[in-house]
Amino acid sequence: MNKQTKKNLWRMPVLLVIFAVYLSPFYILFNISLKPVTDLSSHWKFPGSPTLDNFRTAIEQGEILSALLHSFFIMAAAVFLIVVVSSLAAYPLARNRSRLNRGVKSFILGIMMVPPLSILVPLYSVLVDIGGINKYWGIILTLLTFELPMAIFLYTNFISSIPTALDEAAAIDGCGPVRAFFYIILPHLKSVTASVVILTGIHCWNDYQFSLYILQSSEMRTVTLAISSFFSQTTSNLNAASAAAFLAIFPVVVCFLFLQKYFIKGMVDSAVK
Amino acid sequence: MKKRAGIMNLFYVPAIVLFSVFVLYPLMKGIFLSFTNWNGYSQTYKMVGINNYIRMLDDQNVHRAFLNTIIYGVGSTVLQNLLGLALALFLNQKFRGRSLTRTIVYLPVMLAPLIMGYIMYFFFSFNNGAMNDLIGIFGRAPVDWLADGRRGVFILTMVNTLQFVGISMVLYLAGLQGIPDMYYEAAAIDGVKPGQEFRYITLPLLMPAISSSVTINLIGGLKLFDIIMALTSGGPGYDTHSLSTLVRRTYFGSENAGYASAIGLVSFVLIMVLSNIVVKCLEKKEVDL
Repeated sequence: MNKQTKKNLWRMPVLLVIFAVYLSPFYILFNISLKPVTDLSSHWKFPGSPTLDNFRTAIEQGEILSALLHSFFIMAAAVFLIVVVSSLAAYPLARNRSRLNRGVKSFILGIMMVPPLSILVPLYSVLVDIGGINKYWGIILTLLTFELPMAIFLYTNFISSIPTALDEAAAIDGCGPVRAFFYIILPHLKSVTASVVILTGIHCWNDYQFSLYILQSSEMRTVTLAISSFFSQTTSNLNAASAAAFLAIFPVVVCFLFLQKYFIKGMVDSAVK
Repeated sequence: MKKRAGIMNLFYVPAIVLFSVFVLYPLMKGIFLSFTNWNGYSQTYKMVGINNYIRMLDDQNVHRAFLNTIIYGVGSTVLQNLLGLALALFLNQKFRGRSLTRTIVYLPVMLAPLIMGYIMYFFFSFNNGAMNDLIGIFGRAPVDWLADGRRGVFILTMVNTLQFVGISMVLYLAGLQGIPDMYYEAAAIDGVKPGQEFRYITLPLLMPAISSSVTINLIGGLKLFDIIMALTSGGPGYDTHSLSTLVRRTYFGSENAGYASAIGLVSFVLIMVLSNIVVKCLEKKEVDL
């Protein structure tokens, strides 16, 4: 053993602790979901006779698959609208630096400061008034609105970095602002759109607070709502509940492992001003 | 050209409409409702002036939630940044397995905090909980971890910290990689000690990363909701409620929408004041350096 490796030996215990802390929750969740309900051994112990019964219960009684479907539909619709509305809004904000637009920009920045939780009560009553409770459009528009400021912010920064000469050339050739946006600007927005889709998509998928207020009917349950009702109702069957939780996080984990680079880039872009 | 700009400005109209309907109008309505005794569903209600706010001054549960919210916010921010910086410094060294380690630490950031809370339930539950099994190995008697409010607040803060420390870690890693090597080379020539190197080169140049990381963590911690709902639902009693879970409890649990609205607005002011103070302080630091 040379001197260098000896000096770096301290890393091993540190790495071991990090791995233990971060992998044990997954290990335990997986373990419990494979154990028969009757198996009351320690959560740390691997099941003696692994079974898939819990997954069956989660799918049949917990209706976890339809919850996954609802979540996916809400997320897809919200993210699509976020991309359209925010990229459109960002275009004039990045290009026309008029006094009006400076005002609009600070208005949006102000909106960004309002924590959703502090206005949930009146927001809920507004949604009751316009009939948005227990409707997909209610939750979709709410998620859309609260994700918009960050998306607009990302798009505005990005569009500002595209040379204005492109727009000017298009304008001289008689291309209106609508066509200029779709043909000149939009094709440049791929990478920032990837960031926006991933960041806002993950927020929509994981949302619990808004869904809890807005989607109260059990037929419209999203993943988080299904999991929470599973844990609160079937306290006797935590094994099936953990199978449901496992199914709920599985798509996110797989997406993250494959698209890690984009997840991290999006987060850094949105954080650093 | 002016007409062109006018047409272009129409592009942000949808966003403005959404903000007005779903943020601005509810905010106004919330301020109005906080002066009423509305119960959340009936058509009639009375104006009660500032009674809701006066009531808050005497309400132990609100005091507790207010304090807890600050602990969740400030506590997670401090822990997340110290731990995040340590992890970033550690994982910025070159060795095998470092990118796998980064992935593992960042992974929980992607998961729903609610689900993370439920997974943690398997660790902290009294019967058959993973934590009790662990301390059992050392011959310690099982502990009912979440039965004590103070310990509950601490555990919730820790769970939130460990789940989201990946954000700080990634921001600090990006910051560290942005520091040019020549500064360290110059310092080495001048014979600077490692401790001084960190204090006079690394730390000042990390200031932008520190301020983004602190702001994100602080706002995240002050808004803590999902993990509390999953692990303790605010209990035992009202001991682990944050303002956001208390708002929900007051609205749906005790049908007191006017009062809930007032609590919501207090949380708004708390978040605004705390995050603005912190942002201002950090900005000043950034300029000084």
